[in-house]
Amino acid sequence: MKIIEVENLVKKFGSFVANDHLTFSVDEGEIYGFLGANGAGKTTAMKILCGLSSPTSGKVMVAGYDVYHQTEMIKKRIGYMSQRFSLFEDLSVWENFQFFGGIYGLSPAKIRERTTELLGRLGLESEKKQILGSLPLGWKQKLAFSVAIIHRPSIVFLDEPTGGVDPITRRQFWEIIYETASQGITVFVTTHYMDEAEYCRRVSIMADGKIVALDTPANLKTKYNAVNIEEVFLKIARN
Amino acid sequence: MRGFIIKEFYHIFRDIRSMVVLFGMPVIQVLLFGFALSTEVKNAPVAIIDYSNDQVTRAITTKLLSSGFFILSDQVPGEGHIEEVFRHGKVKEVIVFESDFAAKLEKDRQAGIQIIADASDPNTANLVVSYTSAIIGDYQQEYLKGMSLPVTVRTESQMMYNPALKSVFMFVPGVITILLMLITAMMTSISIARENELGTMEILLVSPMRPIQIIAGKVLPYVLLAFTNALIILLLSYFVLGMPVKGSLLLLLAESLLFIVMALSLGIFISTVSNSQQMAMMLSMFALMLPTILLSGFIFPIENMPVPLQIFSNIMPPRWFIIIVKSIMIKGLGFQYIWKETLIIAGMALFFIALSIKKFRIRLE
Repeated sequence: MKIIEVENLVKKFGSFVANDHLTFSVDEGEIYGFLGANGAGKTTAMKILCGLSSPTSGKVMVAGYDVYHQTEMIKKRIGYMSQRFSLFEDLSVWENFQFFGGIYGLSPAKIRERTTELLGRLGLESEKKQILGSLPLGWKQKLAFSVAIIHRPSIVFLDEPTGGVDPITRRQFWEIIYETASQGITVFVTTHYMDEAEYCRRVSIMADGKIVALDTPANLKTKYNAVNIEEVFLKIARN
Repeated sequence: MRGFIIKEFYHIFRDIRSMVVLFGMPVIQVLLFGFALSTEVKNAPVAIIDYSNDQVTRAITTKLLSSGFFILSDQVPGEGHIEEVFRHGKVKEVIVFESDFAAKLEKDRQAGIQIIADASDPNTANLVVSYTSAIIGDYQQEYLKGMSLPVTVRTESQMMYNPALKSVFMFVPGVITILLMLITAMMTSISIARENELGTMEILLVSPMRPIQIIAGKVLPYVLLAFTNALIILLLSYFVLGMPVKGSLLLLLAESLLFIVMALSLGIFISTVSNSQQMAMMLSMFALMLPTILLSGFIFPIENMPVPLQIFSNIMPPRWFIIIVKSIMIKGLGFQYIWKETLIIAGMALFFIALSIKKFRIRLE
């Protein structure tokens, strides 16, 4: 089943076209990489998919709901994590989970259950009373990801989730993403790290408001005669 | 080290905010204190009840009105209406000449003048009464020239609302106003700006929570805190400072709640135009606290300010709220006397709410 369906999405700000007839779809349980240079229109598109802004025109369905009229339903079925924000620094791990669980409408019992489960998976149960600000960045990001899926959403949107951490932590983060996807949660991720693009099942590359490439990493490398996605990216950018 | 000094000067001169603080503020303050803020009496509105209307009383009246300290108010009450006129706050002082003034002065060598002053602002009342007495005493001297026997003009002064001239009457309403304004507006604006700064606003917006829920959740703690503070101040001033609440306590609390809502919406509005907590704090300080203290009539009477500033003070919410608080606490008045000020504050609240909603929508796009 297609968890995201986008057909000819157009978003204009005045006369500036931020998204120019985007067409793509994402399957359930897929790890989908949404790449592009800064200013290419990625953030705009993501905001529309999250129900934060409306398209100018085009068809956009997220988790089976229409983005024009059913944003309330969409918001209940998605999770979100961005690099800019981890979690509340002056609250403890436990308090953060409680807060966000509450926002997503989970019952206190459910929150406790999910928190224990998620912390267990990360091996961080002993840290639950720690104030978030005192934890290393790698842990914060893993915790932020867990919070984003506390309510078992259909899709989780990750906006450059691994900025600023060492390669080992990044690798561990991606292992968590794999595990999550294998449980049926679709992962929609944007990133600047081209090597992470290799971890995705399919990847799209945006430039100047349009999608200029969309395929599996392997196919892209073949098509552009490149050894890695970074080279694909550069070759596309040069044209 | 020279390089450091020069670099520091670059930083200072290129940052508009610090320039304003370094140069703008001192200039503005000197001008304000020099010209606008004074505790002297100028053009205080007074009313005169003259039961004699003879040469002497008219002479004294002319002397008073030409002194520059007083202006004759158009509300000339009969004796029964003195209370009414003070309730509306239209005059600072009523002067009553007894009947057959000149005749009594000649025959009995003494006549009486009653001076009644509005002491809800004890400073002004004191000054007004002493100026009046001084002018009358002056007239007495002139009258005495070329006379063999002494003559006394008896002045009897009465301080309405605050016979003991307690200064707490003056500053408690002001402190309540400032505190409500500050806690609510400033803290609200900083708290919302904090979310924007940290990017947590995004997360909240993507969640199923509606914007109105988010804002309400952020704002309610401050409403409660501000309200609690107001109660504490009232309790303290009653039990420790001996300041009464002559009017309805319920009305006072209701008006305070309205003012808090207004300050809230102002705080929300400030947060929509600030990019950071620092900016929100600075805006709150300079645009709210300083003008509130200096220009709202809390310490320095508005009538003494130059007309442009008087007009400016009209757009300051604290100015109206102080009138409400004083009317209820000191004069014991009911709603029918303060409906105008209440309406103004309610209007301001609606205005800021509408403005904030508009800005919020634009920002979402």
